[in-house]
Amino acid sequence: MAVLVYTEAENGNFKKAAFEVASYGKALADQTGQKLIAVSFNQEDGSALGAYGVDQVVNVTGSFTESFSAKKFAAAIAQVASEKQANLIVLSSSADSKYLAPLLAVKLSAAYTSNVVELPSSTEPLTLKRSCYTSKAFSTVTSNQPINIIGLSSNAFGIIETQSSPEQSTISAEEATSSMTVSSLEKVTGTITIADADVVVSGGRGLKGPENWHLIEDLADVLGAATACSKPVSDMGWRPHGEHVGQTGKPVASNLYIAVGVSGAIQHLAGINSSKVKVVINIDPEAPFFKAADYGIVGDAFEVLPKLIEKLKAFKAA
Amino acid sequence: MKILVCISNVPDTTSKINFVESDTKFDTQGVQFIINPNDEFGLTRAIWLQQKQQAEVTVLTVGDVSCEPILRKCLAIGADKAIRVDAVPSDGFFVAKQIASVCEKESFDLIIAGRESIDHNGAMVPGLVAGMLDYEYITNCISLEVENNQATAAREIDGGKEIVTSGLPLVIGAQKGLVEESDLIIPNMRGIMQARKKPLEVIASTDAVASSKVTSFEKPAPKGAVKLVDAEDIDSLIDLLHNEAKVI
Repeated sequence: MAVLVYTEAENGNFKKAAFEVASYGKALADQTGQKLIAVSFNQEDGSALGAYGVDQVVNVTGSFTESFSAKKFAAAIAQVASEKQANLIVLSSSADSKYLAPLLAVKLSAAYTSNVVELPSSTEPLTLKRSCYTSKAFSTVTSNQPINIIGLSSNAFGIIETQSSPEQSTISAEEATSSMTVSSLEKVTGTITIADADVVVSGGRGLKGPENWHLIEDLADVLGAATACSKPVSDMGWRPHGEHVGQTGKPVASNLYIAVGVSGAIQHLAGINSSKVKVVINIDPEAPFFKAADYGIVGDAFEVLPKLIEKLKAFKAA
Repeated sequence: MKILVCISNVPDTTSKINFVESDTKFDTQGVQFIINPNDEFGLTRAIWLQQKQQAEVTVLTVGDVSCEPILRKCLAIGADKAIRVDAVPSDGFFVAKQIASVCEKESFDLIIAGRESIDHNGAMVPGLVAGMLDYEYITNCISLEVENNQATAAREIDGGKEIVTSGLPLVIGAQKGLVEESDLIIPNMRGIMQARKKPLEVIASTDAVASSKVTSFEKPAPKGAVKLVDAEDIDSLIDLLHNEAKVI
């Protein structure tokens, strides 16, 4: 029996989400007195996972591992899980992990619990707390299956360093057959995605038009943040869909969320509720966002933002 | 082309969330139920395939008789027929088993379900169905075309999108982008009248045992009041974020 974590990598480097699932996996392995095994794909050097308490790293090789396929990756993870007799499998909340999780659950006849926010309160039976109703509530879920997949909500557990010297091995997993092929991939490079960001800066209708978005981008630049927007802004085509956060958009679970000119409709607040610290800048003191925020400035975004950007630059430089 | 669209009955997006019976049940009092928004984006795309490519659209839900109004709404929007699996949708695994069982009896080329429901947020039903039936699967789907038994779809990924081609049968996890919010179809009187005559079949559930059980709900701890900083005093905000919140 073992705890298995799927550690995702991109361009040869493990993602932040990989370190978070490893940290959670380590705590879970300690809780259950089991070994912690990480599975990676096409990632020659797994030694970086030694900073998070991983005992073994199994790297899956083969030509199919060069680009992500939910079906093929799920089959390979299932193979490693079976060989290692893993009974607890931890995945992140990245788009790819959420994609393959249910496929893996079927392969392993496992129960799958997504959006888990903390360590299990009991492991026999496995009892997990997860967020639901788009972060407006939590539920406690008990599994009745011997094998369980835990989908860890991003930024919920954090990264905890524990030194270890992982034993590294490679396997060439069987390639699952699929009629699906990726014909193209468009990915913004050089910017931080909402999923990976510690800080997210979001703009709403208060910005008055897409031509003013340089203010949001400049603020995001200073903070190393991802940019996001409210639903009306994406509906009007001011910003791409991928930036829409809220109930029907992307969830945000950053450490810091700064909303500028966003009124704070209930659907928007639901999507960003998991963020730890919320700052709102809005000209309307009655904006509902002020009730949900930790810090607020009542003021004109066009006056506040340039000053904030300048002051933050000075602060970062100091 | 035969399309199955899986529909979940969820509280309206503006609903206040409360729990009753010692926090074990969702409080439905005063709550309006709607078609899960992600399912509705998928339904609209299916209706377009029906209008342009003569696809037949069946909608399905797993639930008791209280779910029938939203199935009638789907019929009024344009679906050809509806199926209600008469069972309590106890967890994602149970629901997926019901859908897979229907698909084994009547084969569909496309199965569309929202990428997640806005109540449980499990994000697992379409994937489980694909896994159970060993069909191809694309989730977070933001565009979909089907020609000559071949689908071309876009999947939203973190920081971009991926275009894939796939054979059928195919399971789609739908979301906004597959159609726009402004594309959603508001049923007209003719649609509503026709929906009354369209078939709504109620079938018994297949044997399946839920793999998990919700034992209780809780709401997040109430938030403290916002700390307001004067618009002229940006330094204080930076100081609070650095020294108090420790986030910069």
